[in-house]
Amino acid sequence: MTWELLIPLLAAAVQSGTPVLYATLGEMITERGGVLNLGVEGMMLVGALTAFLVAKATGQPWLAFVAGGLGAAALAAGHALVCVVFQGNQVVSGLALTILGAGLANYLGTPYIGQSTPGFMPFDVPLLADIPALGPILFQHDALVYLSFFLPLLVWLLFHRTRLGMHIDAAGENPEAAKAAGLNVFGLRWLAVLSGGFLAGLGGAYLSLAYTHLWTNGLAAGRGWIAVALVIFAFWRPGRAVLGAYLFGGVMAFQLRLQASGANLPSSLLLMLPYALTLLALLFATLRGVRSGAPGALGTNVEPET
Amino acid sequence: MRVRLTRRQESWKWGSCLVFLGAVAFSLGLSALLLAAQGKPPLEALRGFFQGAFGSGYALTDTLRKAVPLYLCSLGVAVTFRMRVWNIGAEGQYALGAVGATWAVLTFSALPMVLLLPLMFICGGIAGGLWALVPGLLKARLQLNEIISTLMLNYIGILLLEYLVYGPWKDPASFGFPMTEQFPAAAVIPRIPGTKLHWGLAVCLLAGAAVWIWLTRTRLGYELRASGSGPRASRYARMPYGFLVCLVMAICGALAGWAGLVETSASAGRLQPSIMAGYGYTAIVVAWLARLNPLTIAVAAFLLAGLRVGVENIQLMHQVPAAFGDIMEGLILLSVLAGQFFTTYKVRLRRETPVPGEEGA
Repeated sequence: MTWELLIPLLAAAVQSGTPVLYATLGEMITERGGVLNLGVEGMMLVGALTAFLVAKATGQPWLAFVAGGLGAAALAAGHALVCVVFQGNQVVSGLALTILGAGLANYLGTPYIGQSTPGFMPFDVPLLADIPALGPILFQHDALVYLSFFLPLLVWLLFHRTRLGMHIDAAGENPEAAKAAGLNVFGLRWLAVLSGGFLAGLGGAYLSLAYTHLWTNGLAAGRGWIAVALVIFAFWRPGRAVLGAYLFGGVMAFQLRLQASGANLPSSLLLMLPYALTLLALLFATLRGVRSGAPGALGTNVEPET
Repeated sequence: MRVRLTRRQESWKWGSCLVFLGAVAFSLGLSALLLAAQGKPPLEALRGFFQGAFGSGYALTDTLRKAVPLYLCSLGVAVTFRMRVWNIGAEGQYALGAVGATWAVLTFSALPMVLLLPLMFICGGIAGGLWALVPGLLKARLQLNEIISTLMLNYIGILLLEYLVYGPWKDPASFGFPMTEQFPAAAVIPRIPGTKLHWGLAVCLLAGAAVWIWLTRTRLGYELRASGSGPRASRYARMPYGFLVCLVMAICGALAGWAGLVETSASAGRLQPSIMAGYGYTAIVVAWLARLNPLTIAVAAFLLAGLRVGVENIQLMHQVPAAFGDIMEGLILLSVLAGQFFTTYKVRLRRETPVPGEEGA
């Protein structure tokens, strides 16, 4: 493969990995708080639709982007309500959230299918874009991609340099001990779920505002599930989440290019690639026997005082 | 007002029923609000919904037909959930069952029905079972998270089905439509005489009875739930944990595979992408609503099949998108999940220090 082919491919990998990166980091925060939320796909879809509608109504992409996050956070509140307040099963609630979110996005979005929206356009970052190889790969995108470069760092700082991050970890690792130490475990878990939903919504917003610029049903196309898988692949660490997201983005981009180049491979087989590779990467990570780093109380609810 | 919670000591007999009905009513109310917000007549639409699902003999038959694949899928899902194996791969296992059975039909198309139908059940069951065995083995041997592996295999399985009907198995006479050729009559599950129902219903009854006996009348069945706590607890069942995981996964896969086979053979009459109607995901809803009990799963499967049929009706009458059914499904499940809280805890409101904004759950 030559440079002329490789560089656009890597640039496309960064772009298609970006929405997954947002969602993966969001799910990571949620899970480190001890709550498993399998509703990422649904939250991304609701985020994508909210952003699309707000962009269409106001013409303000940034406002739409934030609205996408808020819309998904509102859906995530349903998960927090069921799991944190009402002690419902986290696996089942997350699935219900995906069904509900996908249903809402398709139901409310159906009248807008095929319509376009103002959004984010790519621009070159001055100076940085001129760096050979690295420039075209990283610095000729839209603003949301640049924003996503800072996000893993912020999440890392949250968990390693702030008290809040430590407390979220405590709520996910050993909620009873955290409670005994006087932490508001319920509040922390609410925060983890809502901020996770917010980031998943930003990922969804990226899809409608920067990736496609138009509405189609099922825009997330499985990316939410990939994000759930990548959290495990990343051992709950933000740095590795970047690796996972771009790896997935790379496979997506490769698959699209192969299809466009008229390679005589059926598209269904190519579309399997990202899922098969995610599975293999997960398998490989497990085989290497790295300590997984899963939060100790992930998936278990904290019983209320009786 | 302050909220005081006490754990219920004895099980609340009518509680589950009451909570279930309350939760359904709550979700119906929310759905009606959503319809009203969209400028549709909510009560009329809900009436159309019920009429379409349960209101006539024709509607009931339609609902029952859709309940068949749903029941088989959720029966399997319930078996794995009993062991706290979070298999969400019924959708992919369903696809593989359909593919396996279709392979049997295409390969042995000349066989008479008495041979071909059983062969389809064997191939469909094995294909679905093996597809489920992969994540089962990965979990048992390597502790690979089954939620993720089953999910990825769903996508891969559905794409495999699409690859086959768009490619090697496509009927040359289908004008480019992705479908296999029409199954020979010997490969179509026949109708029950005098009705529009097919004998797949009998498969449900048999499978349901078998699973029910297994779960409630055998030692292993009793102890599945105990083994859910992990390898150590599974010693109670006198079986290694890994083996049990693989066993329940394979059973679930075979049942979901049969669901795919029944739908392909009895409803579509050929393999085509439209048989993938999300039964595998709805099955999880059904299994949980029914508290993993094979008998109540039948009721829940019937009700949720009715939801699908009913939504089709309001889709026609009031131009409501089909996704409205997903919204109702999600809302019902979330409300029931939240409602189960009230069967575990007694909630009392006590007037102490009035705190504004804090409500009694």
